[in-house]
Amino acid sequence: MIEIDEITKLYEGTAAVDHVSMTVETGTITVIVGTSGSGKTTLLRMINRLIEPSSGEVRINGESTAALPKHELRRRIGYVIQGDGLFPHYTIAGNIGAVPKLLGWSRDKTRARVDELLDLFSMEPAQFRDRYPAELSGGQQQRVGVARALASRPDLLLMDEPFGALDPIIRARAQADLRHIQRQLGSTIVLVTHDMEEAIHLGDRVAVMDGGKLLQHGTPAEIIAAPATDFVAQMVGGVDRPLRLLSLIPVSDVLEDGAAEGEPIAPDTSLRDALSLCLWRGVEALPVADGDRPLGRVTLATIRARAAELA
Amino acid sequence: MAGLSPPGVLFAVLGLAAIFAPFMTLAANRIVAGEGRALWTLAAPQITGPGIALMLLGLALGLPAARPFLRIAGAALGLAGLVWLLVLGAASLLAEAGDYARVSPAAGFWCLLVVFALMMADALSALSPGPAARAGLLVLVLALIGALLWSGALSDLSIAQEFASRKDAFYSASLRHLGLAFGSLLAAAVIGLPLGVMSHRNAGLRRALLPVLSFLQTIPSLAMFGIMIPVLSWLSGVIPGARAIGIAGIGFAPAFLALTLYSLLPVVANVLAGLRTAPAATLEAARGMGMTWRQRLTRVELPLGLPVVLAGLRIVLVQNIGLAVIAGLIGGGGYGTFVFQGLNQTAGDLILLGALPTVALALISAIAMDILVEVTTPRTEREE
Ligand SMILES: Nc1ncnc2c1ncn2[C@@H]1O[C@H](COP(=O)(O)OP(=O)(O)OP(=O)(O)O)[C@@H](O)[C@H]1O
Ligand SMILES: [Mg+2]
Repeated sequence: MIEIDEITKLYEGTAAVDHVSMTVETGTITVIVGTSGSGKTTLLRMINRLIEPSSGEVRINGESTAALPKHELRRRIGYVIQGDGLFPHYTIAGNIGAVPKLLGWSRDKTRARVDELLDLFSMEPAQFRDRYPAELSGGQQQRVGVARALASRPDLLLMDEPFGALDPIIRARAQADLRHIQRQLGSTIVLVTHDMEEAIHLGDRVAVMDGGKLLQHGTPAEIIAAPATDFVAQMVGGVDRPLRLLSLIPVSDVLEDGAAEGEPIAPDTSLRDALSLCLWRGVEALPVADGDRPLGRVTLATIRARAAELA
Repeated sequence: MAGLSPPGVLFAVLGLAAIFAPFMTLAANRIVAGEGRALWTLAAPQITGPGIALMLLGLALGLPAARPFLRIAGAALGLAGLVWLLVLGAASLLAEAGDYARVSPAAGFWCLLVVFALMMADALSALSPGPAARAGLLVLVLALIGALLWSGALSDLSIAQEFASRKDAFYSASLRHLGLAFGSLLAAAVIGLPLGVMSHRNAGLRRALLPVLSFLQTIPSLAMFGIMIPVLSWLSGVIPGARAIGIAGIGFAPAFLALTLYSLLPVVANVLAGLRTAPAATLEAARGMGMTWRQRLTRVELPLGLPVVLAGLRIVLVQNIGLAVIAGLIGGGGYGTFVFQGLNQTAGDLILLGALPTVALALISAIAMDILVEVTTPRTEREE
């Protein structure tokens, strides 16, 4: 558990981060979202003390981060930045093994961990281990950046716009990979983005910032359904809000008995995608099936009713 | 036919023109100005004929483009012709002249030498040999030149006679010159590397230091050597025992000190530039993963910046080999001694005895340091 307690950063008297408090539960993804200059990076970098807070403190599992020498604190926290920051003169194995090396792991243990992580990110170890970063695509470099941050099984992973430089398709895949790996490893992640779509998609919790202040901190559904301020409402996209909410609900939540025409959809399809399919196919209901096993159907009327609950 | 190589054409034109320039000078003694002798007047046609033919063939082989090995062969033939004419021409000219007569290579020889050397360099660079091949070539060329000098084939030349009468002085001047150039490089590295690293870390130090070093660099070399004389004589007067360890207004110490001061700016500036080559995101990541300042320096900044640092040392070394000649003026020794003696006596060959080894030393150092820079450049891609 990470407790951020009344943390503030002043630059020449102006607050870049202004008395922010929030708690990040172990094993969850918290996404900090806000416009440019809202203080997201400053807040994130105060967690691993790349920036020293002017006041307030951060506790990890009850222990103040100020109690440790900075470099030791940072070795326990994974850190991923936009543009990966890989070491150009280290091989992929050398990059991923950088923190284990700092921690004094044995060669064999590091090597095994490197291969395990490459596997996890679907990069064939034999093929990628000895390459240099310049010999990878941007998306692969980004994955190595994340793998490097995970190498020593850190308590916490901090990510500053990790997917900012990727094209939309690779970006969606990277987000899915991250979600998948986070579920598998149970990591605690704090991720910064200025993209609300990414925040809603990835976050167990979303923290909205503006002008250095934390405006709202809650689940994506709470943020969409009950924005705390006009600014948050604007951030979650005005007229798109019903659609955003629908994108959080799987069809399995609103299943009803009965059959429908057409190709069945999977139970974890979001209501937004189901709505889109109804409109596209020009039908009132879609069949839902788990593989070959029919589960029931979802109707346009139910979707409309769920969306209306917002208003 | 792949067409003509533009540099090859240029070399052929220059080479042909140079063939008509005076090839050697014959003088009645070592002081008087000699008369220039064209290639074909050096000796009998059965001697000059093959030499000229070799050079013409060499120039012709340099013409086809995209045939580097042919061009290398051409350059080698040309150089062989050149040496042949020099050695046999000198003997034949001396045979017809008086006892005190001196022969030296003249403009034609030097031009042809430059043309064939450039031709060789051009063809070699087209092959872009790796560091090991370049080192091998350097050793081979040095061995060939050494063998030529050792064989005594050139002993008829005036410069060889100047050398013969000053053998001991030449060897001690060589040692002194190397001591000045490499010693001041070493001193500048020992002082400059930590200074560079410290001013990389500390912006205040950097702002204070760089203008001072830049100022030192702008002092003209003669003035710098001149300033050292009163400064060091004063020091040797006030510091007890200073004179005993060789600190005096003239001689080795002021020359060494002047060269070291000159070297500081390039060393420090290149350390700073080298340490800045690491990408900002890489450094941020290194800090974020918990590397200490020292670890970032030794694992990231220095390895990535080492080639730039070494390039700085290369500049310093080549610069100091040249500047050390001026040390001759303040009794610092080195090849400058011969240059300035030669200037006083208007003995051109004595000047050459100082100048040629200086140039050779600078060239060898430059090539060797280039190889070193390449070897230390960190790999960022696998071998093809
Ligand atoms: N070193 C600094 N000195 C002075 N002001 C700073 C410094 N770093 C950041 N700031 C200011 O603090 C505010 C917050 O910056 P921060 O980098 O945290 O924004 P951000 O939310 O990450 O923005 P972006 O989305 O553009 O990355 C900005 O107004 C910025 O100008
Ligand atoms: Mg930012």
